[in-house]
Amino acid sequence: MSKILIRGANVLGGEPQDVLIDGETIAAVGTGLSADGARVIEAAGQVLLPGLVDLHTHLREPGREDSETVLTGTKAAAVGGYTAVHAMANTFPVADTAGVVEQVWRLGRESGYCDVQPVGAVTVGLEGRQLAELGAMHDSAAGVRVFSDDGKCVDDAVIMRRALEYVKAFDGVVAQHAQEPRLTEGAQMNEGVVSAELGLGGWPAVAEESIIARDVLLAAHVGSRVHICHLSTAGSVELVRWAKSKGWDVTAEVTPHHLLLTDELVRSYNPVYKVNPPLRTEADVLALREALADGTIDCVATDHAPHPHEDKDCEWGAAAMGMVGLETALSVVQHTMVDSGLLDWAGVADRMSFRPAHIGRLEGHGRPIAAGEPANLTLVDSAYRGVVDPAGFASRSRNTPYEGRELPGRVTHTFLRGRTTVVDGILA
Amino acid sequence: MKRHLISAADLTRDDAVLILDTAEEMARVADRPIKKLPTLRGRTVVNLFFEDSTRTRISFEAAAKRLSADVINFSAKGSSVSKGESLKDTALTLEAMGADAVVIRHHDSGAPHRLATSGWIGGSVVNAGDGTHEHPTQALLDAFTMRRRLGEGVGSDLSGRRITVVGDILHSRVARSNVHLLTTLGAEVTLVAPPTLVPIGVQQWPCEVSYDLDAVLAKSDAVMMLRVQRERMNAAFFPTEREYARRYGLDGERMARMPEHAIVMHPGPMNRGMEITAEVADSPRCTAVEQVTNGVSIRMAVLYLLLGGNEPALTAGTGTSTRTEESK
Repeated sequence: MSKILIRGANVLGGEPQDVLIDGETIAAVGTGLSADGARVIEAAGQVLLPGLVDLHTHLREPGREDSETVLTGTKAAAVGGYTAVHAMANTFPVADTAGVVEQVWRLGRESGYCDVQPVGAVTVGLEGRQLAELGAMHDSAAGVRVFSDDGKCVDDAVIMRRALEYVKAFDGVVAQHAQEPRLTEGAQMNEGVVSAELGLGGWPAVAEESIIARDVLLAAHVGSRVHICHLSTAGSVELVRWAKSKGWDVTAEVTPHHLLLTDELVRSYNPVYKVNPPLRTEADVLALREALADGTIDCVATDHAPHPHEDKDCEWGAAAMGMVGLETALSVVQHTMVDSGLLDWAGVADRMSFRPAHIGRLEGHGRPIAAGEPANLTLVDSAYRGVVDPAGFASRSRNTPYEGRELPGRVTHTFLRGRTTVVDGILA
Repeated sequence: MKRHLISAADLTRDDAVLILDTAEEMARVADRPIKKLPTLRGRTVVNLFFEDSTRTRISFEAAAKRLSADVINFSAKGSSVSKGESLKDTALTLEAMGADAVVIRHHDSGAPHRLATSGWIGGSVVNAGDGTHEHPTQALLDAFTMRRRLGEGVGSDLSGRRITVVGDILHSRVARSNVHLLTTLGAEVTLVAPPTLVPIGVQQWPCEVSYDLDAVLAKSDAVMMLRVQRERMNAAFFPTEREYARRYGLDGERMARMPEHAIVMHPGPMNRGMEITAEVADSPRCTAVEQVTNGVSIRMAVLYLLLGGNEPALTAGTGTSTRTEESK
């Protein structure tokens, strides 16, 4: 493999430096590095980040290749600056056996655009009754460390307790989709002022918060770690903050859309805003931003959820829940966190690469930008401003809530172990 | 007025009064031996009903036919919809057939809004009840009934009138539309229900909320009883039917505590013995049957105003002259 010299980039938003990539690793970081024999990428004014890591991606393959495949999903990831994604288990068939997780893992290796780390289901068929073979999935070639029934909540307290205990044997983590099912029967949107007016079934904050409260207590009781998916309410933030203050091993993620959008948008009845957990209020959005800034929320995870056009081109009640997010995540984070002064670029590197890689115990990702480290990198033109046009997405689906919205920042280059997967904003 | 009628909140006071006044004119047609106007001749009105509703559908059908429109009834049962056709494809089909107005009843809140704003059809959309959201023509016919029975004349609104709406507010599209419309018309609205049947977020609504029916009866000009579906009981909204009827049902004793001029309303269909006793339902103070009659006039007025433009509804001059007589 050839050498690449990234010249004059603001490493983690700091002073301009040169970064020399040799083969799959970073050979040197410094100023005035020799370009001898290297392809040069002029990066003055751009921000160099470690390759982004997503803890929460729906790649839909196997089973729903009409909305996304591992190939199209990893292309979208590369465009968004990601070098590794965790593929959620709610596929058809469900990723609840070593066979399915190995298939997804292998498809990821073949795609070549970013690393795919499969997430294993906690229970057979995501049905919440019987533990899936967690050990077999861990021991498989896929090496699963993160387990989740995402899309469904592990609502049975005993099953959740057992899962938390069981994965300790191989340093696994259960990522909980916190949604009390009885409190959310027929729920369509956040329960509050807007749902009352629109006559849409309410999704109370307490349905999320009560599960989080239970699970942090369970994790503490059995001495395991628990990860909370897509926090969406101010109350959830308080609970995670409290659990962390006790020294319990609790981590949490927030999606880009919960950092920006509110339930006021549902007044349009446009199903592009229909998502699980639902868009909440302005107060929730502000609490989530603050919690991400102070570290109460460990990381940003996209919950990239592709759906075919017809599943959104319909009435609200008939529409699928979810939004694509890989290709817009960094822009939304820049807009909500960096440009607002809440987080610097080093903070972005921490919340979008270092910490998610650590939670997933993912090797070779989320590493410092230093000599000898794997060359997984993302170069960002933070001065760029552009209007989101889903027609240009690499994802097979177009269900973005940001169509027509101006957002800052653009990934110009993504490097996966020294190889460029994105060059000048275009898939290599 | 706008091109569609989706929410009672879309109506200004003047829009609403215009509809009520136009409905008064339409009501006169019903008293004629030939109950028909040529106004919408050659126009096509589609009744697109995804939910069973005999009374609302036939009311719209009668209204459109009295205006000489061609009426197509499309119900989800036994149609392409039951074969899995999407709302979009159904709408495109109706558009291709040249529907000038689509009257839609749908089980999903927001479906009429979606139909009107998605670009699937070009005609007017009239919301005939969507999920637990709104039912604007019901609110209009309720307001029309109140204005008549409480002795307010043509051109007037319901300023200062006190209206009490009792029952399952949480799931009621009738309640939501009435809160919007009645407050627009100047009335003071009080909602009465057990706390389980009041939506979270109701404090932002322009009305009062009470859990005590007896406390508000004496100061009500009209008491509107909403249908309470028996299946709510299974979802623990209230313990038993009998307890509901005792605390929130309207019986003769309670009716006697209402002011002498006050009326009892019900959008139907009634659960006799549940929210209303037979004694009240059959009393002359109960306007349930009259509301059905008024519904046709209101729907004629709405279709006429949405489709007929600014020409007089009745034969040249009649409309204006009637109005002049009225204002004397």
